Amino acid sequence: MAILITPETKILVQGITGDFGGRHARLSLDYGTHVVAGVTPGKGGQFFEHGAFRVPIFNSVADAAGATGATVSAIFVPPPFAADAILECTDAGLDLAVAITEGIPIKDMVRVKRAMVGKAMRLVGPNCPGVVTPGSGEFSSGGCRIGIAPGYIHRKGHVGVVSRSGTLTYEAVYQLTVRSIGQTTSVGIGGDPVNGTSHLDAIRMFNDDPETRGIVMIGEIGGNAEVEAARWIKANCKKPVAGFIAGATAPAGRRMGHAGAIVGGAEDTAAAKIAVFKECGIEVAVTPSDMADALIRAAKARGVSLA
Amino acid sequence: MNIHEYQAKALFEKFGVPVPKGAAAKTPEEFINALAELPEGPTMVKSQIHAGGRGKGVFKDGYKGGVRFCASKAEAKESAGRMLGNTLVTLQTGPAGRKVQTIYFTVANKIKSEYYLAILLDRAHSRPVIVASTEGGVEIEKVARETPEKIFKVLVDPAIGLADYQVRELVTKLRLAGPEAKNGSRLIRALFNLYWESDATMVEVNPLITTPTGEVLALDAKVSFDDNALYRHPEIVALRDLNEEDPKEVEASRHGLNYIALDGNIACLVNGAGLAMSTMDIIKYFGGNPANFLDVGGGATKEQVVEAFKIILGDPNVKGIFVNIFGGIMDCDVIAKGIVEAVREVGLRLPLVVRLEGNNVVAGKATLAASGLTITSGDSMADAARKIVKLVA
Repeated sequence: MAILITPETKILVQGITGDFGGRHARLSLDYGTHVVAGVTPGKGGQFFEHGAFRVPIFNSVADAAGATGATVSAIFVPPPFAADAILECTDAGLDLAVAITEGIPIKDMVRVKRAMVGKAMRLVGPNCPGVVTPGSGEFSSGGCRIGIAPGYIHRKGHVGVVSRSGTLTYEAVYQLTVRSIGQTTSVGIGGDPVNGTSHLDAIRMFNDDPETRGIVMIGEIGGNAEVEAARWIKANCKKPVAGFIAGATAPAGRRMGHAGAIVGGAEDTAAAKIAVFKECGIEVAVTPSDMADALIRAAKARGVSLA
Repeated sequence: MNIHEYQAKALFEKFGVPVPKGAAAKTPEEFINALAELPEGPTMVKSQIHAGGRGKGVFKDGYKGGVRFCASKAEAKESAGRMLGNTLVTLQTGPAGRKVQTIYFTVANKIKSEYYLAILLDRAHSRPVIVASTEGGVEIEKVARETPEKIFKVLVDPAIGLADYQVRELVTKLRLAGPEAKNGSRLIRALFNLYWESDATMVEVNPLITTPTGEVLALDAKVSFDDNALYRHPEIVALRDLNEEDPKEVEASRHGLNYIALDGNIACLVNGAGLAMSTMDIIKYFGGNPANFLDVGGGATKEQVVEAFKIILGDPNVKGIFVNIFGGIMDCDVIAKGIVEAVREVGLRLPLVVRLEGNNVVAGKATLAASGLTITSGDSMADAARKIVKLVA
């Protein structure tokens, strides 16, 4: 298995005719991902061409899903229109929307989240690198790559990675891969204060996934999502978990790049979160270079084989 | 984005949140006109800087209090003369302090009771939360720690808006009655409208006061806005005061770079916010001190790298530079060429450690090696961090 997406998942790309969306649609096609449709209002009937690929473009998500059987959307539309794009996926009955867009107003996301209550669709992001389920080909090709993560650094295997930060996700995945430890799925949940999928949501899925044997959880300052996940892990998760929190040296009250990475009080500092990780039996990576090794230590202590 | 108290109060008035009568002045000449708008009698003189703790702050020349009560307008004018152009140091400004460029005069209202009222995002519920307390005029963190039962919270459903019963609940818990209850309800609703309609991330009134005549007034006003939503609020963007921001941070944002100055001596240039934060952390872990946070973004160009170098070298404390790039999609060779060009252009004489990883890394490393420049290469983040810390020690 894997979580959220499998190599067979059919995806559509909202904003496929834009520079950013188009570039990453091409990279996903090259990786072997089934990009079956694009959506750009007003450009329905045209095609997105890349080498031998000819991807039909539709005016709406409902049209695209209906015609192609796509169940997942990768959203690359600009911030003022991104909330609308997510709602369109919800109403079209997709299983999953992955919002890559950075810079969506918080109020828009508050309204989107409220509108999604009771709906079946899951949202990952926004402001995230996306989701990758590696394939079994060379450099993990043949997998499902949604978003902007480099596909080639992955390797098919048994570790789940969940992170708020893009480049730190790549760092963790790469450290695992060079140690010949593969991944089931890597999930970038995004750096915004209001997002669709939390650390805890991803960890529950990894815990339920029989192929996932260990989990790397990467967090940062701001909010209490990592603490919530850590407490759940202590009570419910039997798999080894390694954790890292970025922002130990961040000054209070300053927004560190990500909209959500800001220390508001004593509870959402890196030190406070790391203390909770330790208390909950999570093996803490002392530096970002130590993330894969921390998981190896945690697995060894529990007699779990990650390879 | 943050704004000054006098700007926030103008916004309060626009949304119908009552505030004490006041007027701002930016020059000694303007003091006269500003004070003419206020009645004779007790007057507050308030230094306008973005940092908190103004009341207990001390000016560089020893003058005490960035917010002062004056018995008369004449006294207020004299006090304002001492503050304007002077540098105020508070707990939040750091030792450098902040130069006061605007003075805000307000009527010093008689206070019956003080309260606390704020609206912000509750991240755990993804909804706005109204926070109120009967303990006003003190640090809310202290109240939360020592007497949490005196803090009341109401979550607002964005699909419904603020419900009447929720306003009644807050007013009851604050023990407002009669005209105070009516005025308080109106104020809470107006403040919520301001928060919601102007895409604020936080609105804080500390203290909120009642007067002996039953009025409810916002004595102080602090508002922060969601940077992501500024595109739809040109009237708020117009309130931005660049004097309150680090010039290097302003310059960086002009080039699409995310820079925050810190007080260490090892400058960092990194792609991605999470990696940038943890690069600072790892420098500290190996005994060094980061001079800045700098995220060049996922798709940095050569020009951006050059600008980034200029900005970090504008900090006179910098003794060495750590470039940490995980080029996932980004071509490491493009970054390497940018680094070489930047180093040549700025004539760098400080130690430079570069850690490159990812796409086309072999070519990137070859470009650095062939440049003839003194660049130390790091194999991992830890290896590179250790090297730069050693080089500046």
